[in-house]
Amino acid sequence: MIELQNAAYNYGGGELLSEVSLKLAPGSFHFLTGPSGAGKSTLMKLCYMELTATAGQARVFGNDVRNMTRDDIAEARRRIGIVHQDCRFLDHLPLMQNIALPLSVSGKDVEAEKGNLRELLKWVGLDHQENALPQELSGGERQRAALARAVIMAPDVVLADEPTGNVDSEMSQRLLQLLIELNKMGKTILVATHDLALIRMAKSQVNIRVLRIANRRVQLAGADL
Amino acid sequence: MTPKSSQPGFVDTMLETFQGDNAGVVPATGHTAWLTVFASGAMAFLAVFALALSLATGRVADRWADELARTATVRIAAPVGQVDAQTEAALNVLRTTPGISEALALTDEEQNALLTPWFGSELDLESLPVPRLIEIVESDPGYDRDGLRLRLAGEVPGAILDDHSRWRAPLVAAANRLRSLGLLVLVLIAATTAVIVTLAAGSALAANQQVISVLRLVGAHDSYIARAFVRRFTLRALAGSAMGTLAGCVAILLMPDPGEVAQNNFLTGLGFVASQWLWPLIIPLLAGAVAFAATRTAAFRALKELT
Repeated sequence: MIELQNAAYNYGGGELLSEVSLKLAPGSFHFLTGPSGAGKSTLMKLCYMELTATAGQARVFGNDVRNMTRDDIAEARRRIGIVHQDCRFLDHLPLMQNIALPLSVSGKDVEAEKGNLRELLKWVGLDHQENALPQELSGGERQRAALARAVIMAPDVVLADEPTGNVDSEMSQRLLQLLIELNKMGKTILVATHDLALIRMAKSQVNIRVLRIANRRVQLAGADL
Repeated sequence: MTPKSSQPGFVDTMLETFQGDNAGVVPATGHTAWLTVFASGAMAFLAVFALALSLATGRVADRWADELARTATVRIAAPVGQVDAQTEAALNVLRTTPGISEALALTDEEQNALLTPWFGSELDLESLPVPRLIEIVESDPGYDRDGLRLRLAGEVPGAILDDHSRWRAPLVAAANRLRSLGLLVLVLIAATTAVIVTLAAGSALAANQQVISVLRLVGAHDSYIARAFVRRFTLRALAGSAMGTLAGCVAILLMPDPGEVAQNNFLTGLGFVASQWLWPLIIPLLAGAVAFAATRTAAFRALKELT
């Protein structure tokens, strides 16, 4: 699915990631942890091609990212659901249209998908909010809406960057349950988080691998997690 | 990888822009909306006048060329006692010259009428050495000017042929030059519209980086994002220029009627005649096409630069 081989990323002021190797196999569930500023978000951006590795290789669905055109990247992103800590919505569009955005950009008939969209809103507990604007939602609701948008295209991979960063523990658990459900459906999941409680909670319910970024490199975390 | 496909034409791309459901992904608010509508309207208003000027000068040039090209004048400047004899001799020469369908000597009354605007109505032709004028009407394919001049010089020493070309040519050239300038002004207006729309589109793209980032995040192609901006700016330019064209046409209609005589003047005759009123309809379409091309170019350039 997504593979980094000795990948590095240099922001210009020094190397943030170095010799990073990572392979997300189909159906796997990975957590990526590490202190703030360690490079979790950068690694996530390498995975969804917002950044290109300055050294080494990144392959997404078998293609070397360096050889992909912007259209190729757009096509690949349709197979990757992305959840950001800040959610990134179009603030002028109601929730339903925001969640349907991946369908619109893919040229799919949104009207024909209205039933599925409502089912999805129900799944994330936002069926009563379909006409609300993003700024009218709470932090937890926005995160769940972002997750709904991430999975509307039935992607192969879901990448979540600090999805529980702005929500309370109850909402964290709820989001985790949704991610676990997706994994049980066969989706590949990568969650970047510094919330160790969340990782422990997942560990008790599903088979996960925990990676830690330390000294610019990615390592398999120990049993202490 | 995405397979390479053949490039659609300008019209196909334009029609494709107005299909799909991406109209709402770009927020409708912002100063660029009114800027584009106003600028397109103002430019269309000016374009109507440039078009009217171009068409009016074209009409004047054609009229001058047509009316004067088929006529000429023979002037008999002979001593007082010989005027009638030389006039008769000249008429004989003209009547036997191939290519001349009519040759008529002006009467005293007709010559008086020609001179009245300068000398007043109390003019006594007998008291002035006014040459006799003979008006010639040319038939198709015309006469040999040099040959006629030589014959007149030989047979009627006081006769001078004036085929009007000396003063007609620069007037027609000036009218044609004005027509070309009118068209050049139209091109400049189109170019200025393109520049304004490009700047407005660039500003809108810069102001909507967050929107572009979200669209890219969910897998939008550059063409999808560009289409959303292009559609908006093309419609704004169309709407603005339609209003400007309408206002321009109304202003032309309200111009005072110059009357038949003044139609020969490109300023007092400024306007459209009969089917020429259809020409302004092209202006909004042209503005839309210019806005489409300008926004599309600006959008793709901006999207290429945005990482």
